[in-house]
Amino acid sequence: MLCEVCKENDVVITVTEIDGNGVRQVRLCEQCAAERGLQASVSAPPAAIGDFLQSVQQHIPPSQTDAVRCSFCASTLRDFRQTGRLGCPYCYTAFEQSLRDLLRKVHGQGQHRGREYSAAQGALEAPIPVSPDRLRERLERAIRNEEFELAASLRDQLRAIE
Amino acid sequence: MSFDPATLPGGGLGWMDGTGEQAGVVVSSRVRLARNVEGYAFSGRAREGERLRVLSQIRDALSLIPGAQEGVMVRVDQLDESDRLLLHERHVISKELAALDTHAQPRSGAAVHVGRDVAIMVNEEDHLRIQALRSGLDLDRAFADARDIDVELGQRVPFAYHREFGFLTACPTNVGTGLRASVLVHLPALVLTKEIGRVLVGLQQVGLTYRGLYGEGSEVIGNLFQISNQTTLGKSEQDLLDYLQDIVRHVIEKELEARKVLLRDAEYILEDKLWRAYGTLRYARSLSFDEAMNFLSGVRLATGLKLIDGLSVYILNELLVFTQSAHLAAREGRALTEDEASVVRAAFVRETLERAAQ
Repeated sequence: MLCEVCKENDVVITVTEIDGNGVRQVRLCEQCAAERGLQASVSAPPAAIGDFLQSVQQHIPPSQTDAVRCSFCASTLRDFRQTGRLGCPYCYTAFEQSLRDLLRKVHGQGQHRGREYSAAQGALEAPIPVSPDRLRERLERAIRNEEFELAASLRDQLRAIE
Repeated sequence: MSFDPATLPGGGLGWMDGTGEQAGVVVSSRVRLARNVEGYAFSGRAREGERLRVLSQIRDALSLIPGAQEGVMVRVDQLDESDRLLLHERHVISKELAALDTHAQPRSGAAVHVGRDVAIMVNEEDHLRIQALRSGLDLDRAFADARDIDVELGQRVPFAYHREFGFLTACPTNVGTGLRASVLVHLPALVLTKEIGRVLVGLQQVGLTYRGLYGEGSEVIGNLFQISNQTTLGKSEQDLLDYLQDIVRHVIEKELEARKVLLRDAEYILEDKLWRAYGTLRYARSLSFDEAMNFLSGVRLATGLKLIDGLSVYILNELLVFTQSAHLAAREGRALTEDEASVVRAAFVRETLERAAQ
């Protein structure tokens, strides 16, 4: 197959480009790929895929789901888009739908086929537990704001966990 | 806190012996598994108290695992910068855990448990990074080492796991198996024949990636490339390892072919280049690290081609590790300026090569 740009050399790489018109695939020869800064230069290895993910994520227009908050660590989907990192294991449940699509794109597949782990299996389908640190934080805030009824209930919850 | 790496089992250098399959091209094979403990935020989001609880849970669990008891837990957050750099130079901890960027401070609770074959970083981006390193091309053994600890730990500490997504990690690029396998290969002939660009583009096309000697984000020096898998979800651990190993074997074949071509078409040019590299290392009075790495690459190639006798892969690996700045400083027992380090480095290389030539 010939390069789509110079139409002379053989294709060595397929590049997925994203612009205003959507996603398209371009097949390039080594030379044309190099001109677009895609050549695997010896001195500069490719950016870590995590960083790449982050840069792609930052270009996705904000949507309503961005404000969804994980009830365990209080991260939002927007936080994830900015840092490329999730806040806690429960974020995977909180942002399940968005992550499912993303994981398919990144890994080509979405279902885990490696080692099965039984000790914790199903644990994440249970209601998300509340972290004691988060509770403590809310308790302090409630006391500061003189919301004593709320504070009492939070203190009881905290005692129950600890 | 001052830290003596000699207190680590095997000095953390078990991979250095230069044995294993394809040791002429492959320096080492590494496998790491990313795991997180359920009930806590990931290290970057967790509070100090949470990270310290993770650390104590891991410490307790490790003390019950027979094979791990001889290991040493080092609190990275209590080491000064030169000791953190030293551990990083030994590939025991990552740059992130060592907090080597300017003004960076290690995370509270950052630690590493070093055993004979496995090092476990605690409170890196993920709570646990279980990593095993072997000499030569030996991903299966490296994986078996890491998996044994993974299974034992997972019975004592609840790991964050999801039926669909597998082991959960801070970065979605590690989710699933949490497995990153990499092979450190020396590819001087592919670089000299300028075939390397094509090979590296090819790696990315087949879903693999490459990095420099120090892992993610590091530059390639001394013609040493770390080839690794890029995806972690949707395939079994064994499939990921087999696939990487197959492609690496292919790359090794290409490198060996290129070496033959160089010997056939440019023998005296090559020989001259390699002997000059050896000569410089043997007699230079000042060597920067990059310079040392480049000449060492030449000598490693010459040894592989049997142009130079008397040098073993072990000695070359020793030079690779002990010519790094924190190691030189530790040897001298004081901090060194860059110029001083270059002088000390040259002296160390001279002595080592002289000893080997006797």
